[in-house]
Amino acid sequence: MASAAAPLVSLEGVTRRFVTRSGTDVTALQEVSLAIERDQFVTVVGPSGCGKTTLLKLVGGIMPPTLGTVRLNGEVLARPSRKVGMVFQRPVLLPWRSVFENVLFPLEMLGWRTAPRKDEARRLIELVGLGGFENALPSELSGGMQQRVSICRALIYEPELLLMDEPFGALDAMTREDLSFELLRIWNEKRKTVMFVTHSITEAVLLADRVIVMTARPGRVVMDVPITLPRPRTPDTEFTAEFKDFAKTIKSAVYAEARGC
Amino acid sequence: MAAVDTTLRRTLIEYGQTTLAVVVLLVGWEVLCNVLSVPKWLLPAPSQIAADTWEIRAVLPMHFGATLAAVVGGFVLAIVTGIPIAVLVVYSPFLRRVIFPFLLTLQSVPKVALAPLLLLWIGYGLHSNMIVAATVAFFPIVINTATGLESVDKELLELTRSLDASTARVFWCVRLPWALPYIFSSLKVAITLAVIGAVVAEFVGSDKGLGYLILTSSGAMKTSVMFGVLLLLSLLGIASFYAVAWAERRLCPWYLPTNTDPPAI
Repeated sequence: MASAAAPLVSLEGVTRRFVTRSGTDVTALQEVSLAIERDQFVTVVGPSGCGKTTLLKLVGGIMPPTLGTVRLNGEVLARPSRKVGMVFQRPVLLPWRSVFENVLFPLEMLGWRTAPRKDEARRLIELVGLGGFENALPSELSGGMQQRVSICRALIYEPELLLMDEPFGALDAMTREDLSFELLRIWNEKRKTVMFVTHSITEAVLLADRVIVMTARPGRVVMDVPITLPRPRTPDTEFTAEFKDFAKTIKSAVYAEARGC
Repeated sequence: MAAVDTTLRRTLIEYGQTTLAVVVLLVGWEVLCNVLSVPKWLLPAPSQIAADTWEIRAVLPMHFGATLAAVVGGFVLAIVTGIPIAVLVVYSPFLRRVIFPFLLTLQSVPKVALAPLLLLWIGYGLHSNMIVAATVAFFPIVINTATGLESVDKELLELTRSLDASTARVFWCVRLPWALPYIFSSLKVAITLAVIGAVVAEFVGSDKGLGYLILTSSGAMKTSVMFGVLLLLSLLGIASFYAVAWAERRLCPWYLPTNTDPPAI
């Protein structure tokens, strides 16, 4: 049984290897151990190819580790868990479905009845500021709006953990910042645990309770920084001295390792 | 109101130009045939074509109906065999390896050459014409359906995997709708191929149909009737193509461009 004392997510000595097309072994993640407590907003930052996405896929249960164990609520994760919601870099909505039907989509995949959750879907769409767009098709929305829909879609089945893989990476800088604060507002209201992967150190510090810094080839955790900046965070947060200190620490960790290889 | 008027005017102008071009062509053809006294069996004048085709009006609906039945039947047969085969090929690597070589061989054999064999096996009649039409129409449906089913966004599939969704649910709710535009683009090709297949079958062995009419009127040096029947055949082809295009617009409206304004003149 899940014990209340166990962290929501824990990885113990997790290694993941891939065999490439040419037959060589690539170690995407090497002996990663970490624990994530409930309601934490954790960002994972690092250069491309450092295994950030692999880390999320392992926690999402859509890929098994080569070595080590991944636990969710203290239980070993053997298959995808319904307690996990995923948001990808691209919104990947179903182009033939309206916003409303896209939000309900996971319920159908889970084999749940959609009727009892329809009000919740409307509320979520309202929450991300898309009220009035319920019947619009994805092609009628901007990239930022589509990504808002994909966040609603991840929240509709009330997962405990939200895994976000560079969700704002494909958006322009202004939309990106808007959505970051929007996400913090939603997180504040819904109180989820979030694992958020990003390239951007600024984004990582701005959002997080804790930043995990990774390096590439093989992907390892090199730094784990609690971000003690006060909440709520605002657009001015990133101009404070404390913020700059955090960003500097993380940046030096990322680049020191990058130069090392 | 003004907007409606301009749209109407624009439409009238567009259709007017097309009609004018057709009329000019027909009149020119008629005049040239008369002036140069082209022999009737070589190139009949439009008036001659109309008159001779009108003469056989009593039997035309029967022949037209036979070909239409072979086209529609062959087309439907190609769909109900082609789509399931594509599904099998996509879901089973084993079946892909087994089925594909056969499909490729079948496709590389000219169907015209295959028709006599098929008729020998299945016998003459509407059902064999349908089967010949189906064998011609079937290949693009298999290929496009398989491509469509496989082109589903990888991340979307990961999303369904993270939800632990069953293969059947993913097929009906994601893969099949995703493949629909691909399927329809192949159906538009397939329907015109089905017309070719039906006529080929009627050439090879049949006692009715537009293909049969072309063959007999050619034997009787009735070139004017051949032209008339050819016109009917192309009308059949165009009408069935637009029927498929109409179904596409109804079934996958998300795929069509949202901007439906006609291009500026």
